[in-house]
Amino acid sequence: MAYVPLADRDAEMEMHHPHSFIEKYVWSQDHKVIAIQYGSVAVFTGIVGLVLSLMFRMQLGFPETTDFVDPNFYYQAVTMHGMIMVVYFLTAIFLGGFGNYMVPLMCGARDMVFPFMNMLSVWFFLLSVIILMASFFVGGGPTGAGWTLYPPQTAMEGTPGHDMGIILMLVSLAVFIVAFTMGGLNYVVTILQYRCRGMTLMRMPLTIWGIFVATVLGLFAFPALLVAAIMMLFDTLLGTSFFMPAVIEAGTALDHNGGSPILFQHLFWFFGHPEVYIVALPAFGLVSDVLSVHARKNIFGYRMMVWAIIAIGGLSFIVWAHHMYVSGMNPYFGFFFATTTLIIAVPTALKVYNWVLTLWEGDIRMNVPMYFAIGFIFTFIHGGLTGLFLGNVVIDLPLSDTYFVIAHFHMVMGVSPILVLYAAIYHWYPKMSGRMYNETLAKVHFWLTFLGAYAIYLPMHYLGFLGVPRRYYALGTTDFIPQSAQDLNAAITIAALIVGVSQILFFVNIIGSLKWGKKADPNPWGAASLEWQTPDTPPAHGNWGAELPTVYRWAYDYSVPGAHQDFIPQNVSEAEEPTVSDEHFDPDKDQSLADV
Amino acid sequence: MTLAVVIFLLVVATIIFHFASPWWFTDIAADWSTIDLTISITFWVTGFVFIACNLFMAYCVWKFRQKEGHKAVYEPENHKLEAGLSIFTTIGVIAMLAPGLFVWATFVTPPENAAEYEVLGQQWQWQFRYPGADGILGTADTEFVSESNPFGVNPADPNGRDDVIVNDPDMHLPVNQPVKALLRSNDVLHNYTVAQFRVKMDLVPGLTSYLWFDPTEVGTYDILCEELCGIGHFIMRGSVTIDTQEDFDAWLANQPTFAETQSMAAPNLAAGQAQYAACAACHGQNGEGNQALNAPKLAGQQAWYIERQLNHFKVGARGGEGDTNGAQMVAFAGMLTTDEAVRNVAAYISSLPDTPAPTTVTGDIDNGYDIYDRNCAACHLDDGAGTWYTDAPKLSGMSDWYFVTQISNFRAGIRGLHSEDDYGEQMVAMATAMADAQEIADVAAYINTLR
Repeated sequence: MAYVPLADRDAEMEMHHPHSFIEKYVWSQDHKVIAIQYGSVAVFTGIVGLVLSLMFRMQLGFPETTDFVDPNFYYQAVTMHGMIMVVYFLTAIFLGGFGNYMVPLMCGARDMVFPFMNMLSVWFFLLSVIILMASFFVGGGPTGAGWTLYPPQTAMEGTPGHDMGIILMLVSLAVFIVAFTMGGLNYVVTILQYRCRGMTLMRMPLTIWGIFVATVLGLFAFPALLVAAIMMLFDTLLGTSFFMPAVIEAGTALDHNGGSPILFQHLFWFFGHPEVYIVALPAFGLVSDVLSVHARKNIFGYRMMVWAIIAIGGLSFIVWAHHMYVSGMNPYFGFFFATTTLIIAVPTALKVYNWVLTLWEGDIRMNVPMYFAIGFIFTFIHGGLTGLFLGNVVIDLPLSDTYFVIAHFHMVMGVSPILVLYAAIYHWYPKMSGRMYNETLAKVHFWLTFLGAYAIYLPMHYLGFLGVPRRYYALGTTDFIPQSAQDLNAAITIAALIVGVSQILFFVNIIGSLKWGKKADPNPWGAASLEWQTPDTPPAHGNWGAELPTVYRWAYDYSVPGAHQDFIPQNVSEAEEPTVSDEHFDPDKDQSLADV
Repeated sequence: MTLAVVIFLLVVATIIFHFASPWWFTDIAADWSTIDLTISITFWVTGFVFIACNLFMAYCVWKFRQKEGHKAVYEPENHKLEAGLSIFTTIGVIAMLAPGLFVWATFVTPPENAAEYEVLGQQWQWQFRYPGADGILGTADTEFVSESNPFGVNPADPNGRDDVIVNDPDMHLPVNQPVKALLRSNDVLHNYTVAQFRVKMDLVPGLTSYLWFDPTEVGTYDILCEELCGIGHFIMRGSVTIDTQEDFDAWLANQPTFAETQSMAAPNLAAGQAQYAACAACHGQNGEGNQALNAPKLAGQQAWYIERQLNHFKVGARGGEGDTNGAQMVAFAGMLTTDEAVRNVAAYISSLPDTPAPTTVTGDIDNGYDIYDRNCAACHLDDGAGTWYTDAPKLSGMSDWYFVTQISNFRAGIRGLHSEDDYGEQMVAMATAMADAQEIADVAAYINTLR
């Protein structure tokens, strides 16, 4: 497809150019401001989720000191912690935050294709968070049905927040999905239609690939959650029986009949499993770029990395029922879902190999983002491998619903993506703020977070092997659970408190450096991708000044033989710097996706 | 550099932790050693990959750290290496998956000779049903559920007549006899888990799920619920005892059949009234209670609860160490020598005219409401009437000072921890919702408003 310039870009830019403080920072249509808004709301929500987790960890570790955590609040706290972290924090910050910031910059566009819709997206997201938080203040409090919201208990007496709490949760999710859809369509259209001249799909940085595939997953997966939420609202408010069989509530038969609780689980996990990759794929992309830049080496096996992202994305839609091996569904499903689940390990393992091989024969700069990126590889290997236990259906029998599950998914979709998040924030902070952060503080933050998180979750797997069930307010007297398990719980809580408190260092650093940080070089790491080549730092509205960039090469020309520097920016032409027509690889000759 | 060393040390520390950890699978008590074998295979394969990948990474981080004059190598791809790694990974995956699927095939097809029994989950307790002499369980439906028929067994189904009903959370099974557990729930999702048997499965209202195993070790094991089922999830406990065949048969013969539970004669109120004369001295002619004698009000309390507590006093599950007032009851309860006598007295007491007890406790009603609504109402109901379904006695209009004493006893571990007191331990856990004496009084004051 030939490059066709848009007819009147400047006039179009002018339409949403800010003219006042409010237009610039509140009702902004600039993708970078929206990204910061998305990120800030997500981080605020994430802090609520973190504080909740510390409260119920106190109950688990030191039950005699936590009079404020009664069984009712315990279940509300674990439920809200889970939902907040998965949906309102991780999904929002990777796609709403980094997606918004990176997509136009890395694609060489001036903004998103639909800036107004982008603005609506962030305000709908804020609305969904307000509705969610409101449930803390209504009678009965927020729902305590577990973040998976399994019916029929969600709306039944005996479950915390079974009246208003669950309704607000479902409405909030519906509003969030509306927000996500507006943002998601924007990312997809922008990536497909708004790339600058020369930016073929196979020249895009892996960050964009990760965000792109994750967004497509979201656009297919979230509707399943939306219909599930609406159907459950109907069950609760209108008395339908989608998910409600004939049941007895506190001795009285309810007026429901014939519904299927397992149907809800299928819908939930049809969303829920791709959701794991909606969080993980952007993290895979971001960390690939961070590793490549700081190792001064191209990402190893770029094409395989792209196809692995696509393969993982596709496979993620046919593995959902591995969350349901012991749900009472037809057990013969186990054969199919165990097989697909273990197949997904292959492309995932290849990504890990390629990250490590990117370090091989590199010239590794141990900058702060690199610490987090390498820490991520370590935790991700651990979390990925424990997934092979749970995915192998028969091993899930003893381990399902124990602490092993909690340890596994926190390692793989909590700790790992969050380490990437920090890697990415420290990596792009100089571009986003124009300042450098305090390196010592950042390294202390890394060590406390990385080692602390491993100290939390490694032992937790062993509670799971032992058979300690999850979602227990107290262990009570159980013959096979020794006192040492309770002591281990206390140790885990101490580690969690240290990790939780040490995040203050991050905020001090990031906020303080806005004022006191050294002025940053426009491209302090010597990165080749487009977002580092903007005329202004931080990039101004419209990103590229008078003229859009033209791209001549892929995003990974590091340490190219014969080049003047150890990196060649994507917008430097063949005339100025060599292109390696390597026998192994020539991104321009690879036509598989170039002309899409 | 530091990071390379730390990654290396973390790998070493992980290996040490693994071998030093006292936390590992419990000793297996069913014939599922194939599951343990699959875990071992997976463990060694993944353990190897964990060590190899991380040590290689640590080596790279150390070896290729930034050095003056050093430049990274430009090598975008290496097809041979990538293909090799793909094949190697695929082989590893097959090595783990194949045995897993074989074992799963065994799990989904219970053997022909497996004996069936039924597990019923309900908020928050376990009950069990055995098929009786005909070997067939009668059909059941929620529409038939009542206090006297908690399983909802269809009274018109002849197959259900001889079903053996175990209306408490302790079940028995014979050793070395494969069994297929049919799992049912009448309210929400539950999960039937015995760690020593390795297998678990959800109980789903509206359908019957199953699992099977072949118990191999005589002993008593905890049954836990492992699917979140509401606020009482963590206190939904039971136990399974694996007996020799003779012990099992003897135990089973002692349990009532469904027909027997349905044809029990109505309690004899006149006999109950005669027996009550001994109680009246302290509890009053009309069961109104007498605080001076530490005797709580009884009138209005549900019969099944009084019956259960009298039996607890009889076997010493209540009135033991630390409970001086309760100790007085042990002797009186002992006078009711037969189950029938206990039943008659309980029935008589619940027939007495119910007038609310005088209030003696004051406290912060708002705070009391807050705690009650969040933690107590799930079982004792919003109006404090209690219900057999959740094994929760009536609280409203009963003696508030007695409530305070009993909650204090639960908190102190004086009541509820005896092995015969199947439901008392639930209150030991739930009583922690009241942090101190003041909060107990607050809840009592709130309950006083429910009359």
